[in-house]
Amino acid sequence: MVRRESLSRKLFIIFNYTFLTLLSLTMFLPFLNVIAQSLSSAGAIDRGEVMFWPVEITTQYYKYVFEDVSIWRAFGISVYITVLGTAINLAATATLAYPLSRQEYVGRRLVLMVILLTMIFSAPLIPQFILMREIGLVNTLWALMIPTAISAFNLFVLRSFFAQLPTELIDSSRIDGCGELRTLWSIVLPLSKPALATVGIFYSVTNWNKYMDALYYINDRAKYPLQVKLRELLITDDLSDTGNLAFEITSQSVQGVQMAVILVATIPIIMIYPFLQRFFIKGMLIGSIKS
Amino acid sequence: MEATTAAPTTATKQVQPRDKRRVLRFMWKYKALYLLSLPGILYFLIFKYIPLMGSVIAFQNYNLFAGFSGSPWVGLEHFTRMFSHYDFLNILKNTLLLGIYDIAFAFTAPIILALLLNEVRLALYKKVVQTVIYAPHFLSWVIVSGIFIGVLSPSSGIANTMLGWLGMGPIYFLGEDSYIRSVLVGSGLWRDVGWGTIIYLAALASINPDLYEAAEMDGAGRWRQMLNITLPALLPVITILFLLKMGDFLDYGFERVFVFQNPLNIRNSEILDTYIYKAGLTQMQYSYATAIGLFKSVVGLFLLAIANTLSKKATGESLY
Repeated sequence: MVRRESLSRKLFIIFNYTFLTLLSLTMFLPFLNVIAQSLSSAGAIDRGEVMFWPVEITTQYYKYVFEDVSIWRAFGISVYITVLGTAINLAATATLAYPLSRQEYVGRRLVLMVILLTMIFSAPLIPQFILMREIGLVNTLWALMIPTAISAFNLFVLRSFFAQLPTELIDSSRIDGCGELRTLWSIVLPLSKPALATVGIFYSVTNWNKYMDALYYINDRAKYPLQVKLRELLITDDLSDTGNLAFEITSQSVQGVQMAVILVATIPIIMIYPFLQRFFIKGMLIGSIKS
Repeated sequence: MEATTAAPTTATKQVQPRDKRRVLRFMWKYKALYLLSLPGILYFLIFKYIPLMGSVIAFQNYNLFAGFSGSPWVGLEHFTRMFSHYDFLNILKNTLLLGIYDIAFAFTAPIILALLLNEVRLALYKKVVQTVIYAPHFLSWVIVSGIFIGVLSPSSGIANTMLGWLGMGPIYFLGEDSYIRSVLVGSGLWRDVGWGTIIYLAALASINPDLYEAAEMDGAGRWRQMLNITLPALLPVITILFLLKMGDFLDYGFERVFVFQNPLNIRNSEILDTYIYKAGLTQMQYSYATAIGLFKSVVGLFLLAIANTLSKKATGESLY
């Protein structure tokens, strides 16, 4: 651009690039530090020598993590609630979002209002807990999937996407004699793949990261998802407390194990991050315009 | 409206039939839609509205075995007890302070960051920065706390190593009352500041570039352009997000605080949400914890209403 750049403008540009670079480093370097610590010897970690590169490389923490059955069980449970939970999320959200996106649905304003209110005023924790107890969900993995089946935000994202599909397509499908469920399944959903991907990815990240619900509703240690297990590891100073006697491990290396588990819990997120990025901005925007 | 028309949905007149029998017939014709929506509606009624009604136990001495109908009514006893609890004012203070910090830092930082990002002309650089700063948002609070516990560790954390270079002694950030709020606000910024910029960047991208050109012709500098074009364009978004934030003023979030709590910092880190969990689920004082939860929800609603009225008057923007 051929523009006169004043001195103050130049200074601003320098400041801006420096600031943004530093900020990005602040976001990124802690990851490197976690990786480096998870690969360094206990002594090096303890002396504070590990910055962004492993010192006295060792894989003992990963070995520990791989041999600790409770960590793998927790990992498996998190995979389970992420896969099954997201399927439930999508089915429940789509079957509600579709009728609410149709003009023919008399009373959709009322239903939308009822849903919107839950975003503004939510019930206190204890009555929710009592409900879960009464219907027998406490201490089952359903407690991590059913009560969070539909997020109002994602519902609005899907609904506004469905609403902008050409009405003619849906009508012609009806003329062909398709029922509503069939229309949803074979016309609406295939056309809504980008929106479904957005919402599905939002849901799966939420499911994978689920901690609070498990803390509230799961007492049985054998049913802990990974986040709860990780938290348990983060607050111990002594690994023998966690019931794993397979390894003689000194207390100084707890931090190494903690960092290794953090990475194990982060890897699935890192793996889907490229997909996330492709979709989330669009999804965020559809949703926020609506709400 | 005739059921035989080929395209029954195009005109609003047709789809909003007035007289009652017609409405019912129309609804019957599309009964499959209602059937399809039934599970979802039931979900909201069961999991959101029943617990809301269950909040009446705040006025009872709820007993698991006696249930809602059998438990004795005690009026406002639990609310009085809440206000007279020795630590309640401190918990409320912590909650309010975090709410204020949240608005002062977590709310304003994304706006400033979006403005800075908007000035970047190198597309690739911008993309890299965005990719990096959005990423932490997808980590759970447990992982965020794990990373911070590692980074802030007095013996091995890089934060203290760097302080050491400056000749400052190791600080146990998580073990002292005086640092915990900064850690909570800081970890929140680290995780969400980038994510928060998305909506502002979208609003910035939709500003008509002609406006800037015209302003430049008139001799307005960059700063003036920002004050007179950019900020007014962002104002509606800022207002709406601010209103939503006011509604959540007391909802700093259970997870993000709980994962940083330890006995050494509890004095400054206990907030209403974490206290409700401990009083309710750990100590099983069901009615008492519900009373606190109800108090929190009502205050939140009240704040939202005030903010909404004020904003309607001042900017014309409002949620309802």
